Amino acid sequence: MRQASTLVLFFWFSGLLISALIAFFAVATFNGSGLASYLPSVGLLALAAISWLILPLHFKLRVLGLALIAVPYTWLLALFLVPFLIVFKISLSDIALAIPPYTPTVKDGFSALIQGLDFENFVFLTTDALYYKAYLSSLKIAVISTVLTLLVGYPMAYAMARAPQEWRATLMMLVILPFWTSFLIRVYAWIGILSNEGLLNQFLLWTGLISEPLTILNTNTAVYIGIVYTYLPFMILPIYAALDRMDDSLIEAAEDLGCSRLSAFWLVTIPLSKNGIIAGCFLVFIPALGEFVIPSLLGGSGTLMIGKILFEEFFNNRDWPVASAVAVILLLILIIPIVLFQKNQQKQAEAES
Amino acid sequence: MKRLSPFNITALTLGFAFLYLPMILLVIYSFNSSKLVTVWAGFSTKWYGELLRDEAFLNAAWVTIKVAVISSTFATVLGTMAAYVLVNSGRFFGRTLFSGMIYAPLVMPEVITGLSLLLLFIGIGLDRGVLTIVLAHTTFSMCYVSVVVSSRLVSFDRSLEEAALDLGCNRFDAFRLVTLPIIAPAVISGWLLAFTLSLDDLVIASFVSGPSSTTLPIKIWSAVRLGVSPEINALSTLMIGIVTIGVITASLISKRSSIRAQKDAQAAERTA
Repeated sequence: MRQASTLVLFFWFSGLLISALIAFFAVATFNGSGLASYLPSVGLLALAAISWLILPLHFKLRVLGLALIAVPYTWLLALFLVPFLIVFKISLSDIALAIPPYTPTVKDGFSALIQGLDFENFVFLTTDALYYKAYLSSLKIAVISTVLTLLVGYPMAYAMARAPQEWRATLMMLVILPFWTSFLIRVYAWIGILSNEGLLNQFLLWTGLISEPLTILNTNTAVYIGIVYTYLPFMILPIYAALDRMDDSLIEAAEDLGCSRLSAFWLVTIPLSKNGIIAGCFLVFIPALGEFVIPSLLGGSGTLMIGKILFEEFFNNRDWPVASAVAVILLLILIIPIVLFQKNQQKQAEAES
Repeated sequence: MKRLSPFNITALTLGFAFLYLPMILLVIYSFNSSKLVTVWAGFSTKWYGELLRDEAFLNAAWVTIKVAVISSTFATVLGTMAAYVLVNSGRFFGRTLFSGMIYAPLVMPEVITGLSLLLLFIGIGLDRGVLTIVLAHTTFSMCYVSVVVSSRLVSFDRSLEEAALDLGCNRFDAFRLVTLPIIAPAVISGWLLAFTLSLDDLVIASFVSGPSSTTLPIKIWSAVRLGVSPEINALSTLMIGIVTIGVITASLISKRSSIRAQKDAQAAERTA
């Protein structure tokens, strides 16, 4: 009896909420005239609120428990998974002079839809040199900048872990602070430094180290500098975390046993911070691969990166099917490092517990 | 007391110089009176005046703040729910898919997230505007919130919640009266993280925004593509200033509360 009434109440309540939602989106989509057209959805919502107040407690708890899972789940399905399936579907479509600019669409009927889909865009990606060059050069830029970030970040993390205890919180804050400031602004700051009349060239000319300005802006070098600069905190933090946990007496033991400082570092410190190094490298490599802002602002016309190509393909050429295919391939390439990263994190979590 | 070796001091000095010099130069040159950004021509605050008179920038700033407040609030509620489910519910249908969808957006290239959401919005015929940016920002920042909150949920003592249940609380009251106050710091930092992510986002917003809903990063982007401009320097200085004050205040507050917690613990030990 109680079960049945719960079910009825549940349908009543969720029905009210869903119809309020549909009413709201219908008005938002078809651009209703003024605030008055939102009245039905507000009314339904008010009805739901009133019935909530008089519902029995055991029912409220059931609804809350269910909603706790259902709400974030539905949200992610609708706004994360479904969009991906759409990208995948469009990557199998053909470009068309229509709105939306691809064919076939769902309106063409199911069988036309199935017949119209093919892997043509993917074949196109392999034949046009621009694309595989862009993938390769993205990989190259991501690898080189990850190594450079490691070379800059490791000594900093090491020095932080060696610093007196009372400094460490401040040093940590200094590393994290740039992360909170705008990414765009931090990349932009380098334009004024690296340009031909920029501050770096002015400084070098003034010191007499060079006699004419270096061209750095709009080259790959500027992209490396930009990536190292913006992603440095992601490299430092995991390495610092690993070094901070390390027992200093291990180094002393190694030195007592006849290791030189350098070989103690190489044989003890580096292996013990291995997980931090791996985590840091993935945290830099994965976002660097799909980077768009840095190559567009600091790179030149010769800088091929796949994020930039995707953006241009979509906005300048309006070729949605090819842009979608580019995205699908980028995702496939990214799956390998992402899975490796997850494995590393899991192994670390298991080692700690 | 350990002392830093010369090598370590050099590493720290050079490293922090690299991290902070570009921003310091940006701040200094925002007070340059010359339109030519790389030539110093005397101190002036005129670019701040120009910035505050620029309607387009003010509008964009307003849109950005509106989007950030709404989306980070939604993201905090959804992210906290998701974290609670991930940590507390045992097995349920599609759990792996659920946790995958929480972690995937963290490593997803922004161009792909932006593209896929735009195609969705066009597919269902939703007009691009403030609503679509809010939906997009909520989706990716809720994942960051849930990671922050779940790390706090994992470490806190389960028996406190069980005690509340034993003492006659229902699940909802136990959450409201016991769990929520304990995880509150993580929820707040999750909100702050979501807020900054939303303020900062350029790529996803340029996909899903319409002509009437230009956000500040999009505005900065279109100005910056033409090269360095003193107005943008002034704007950057304001943003860097606000963030610095915010982060320092937050770290002072958390330091004070951790000192207080330490004192409380010591006092408790003495009385015990």
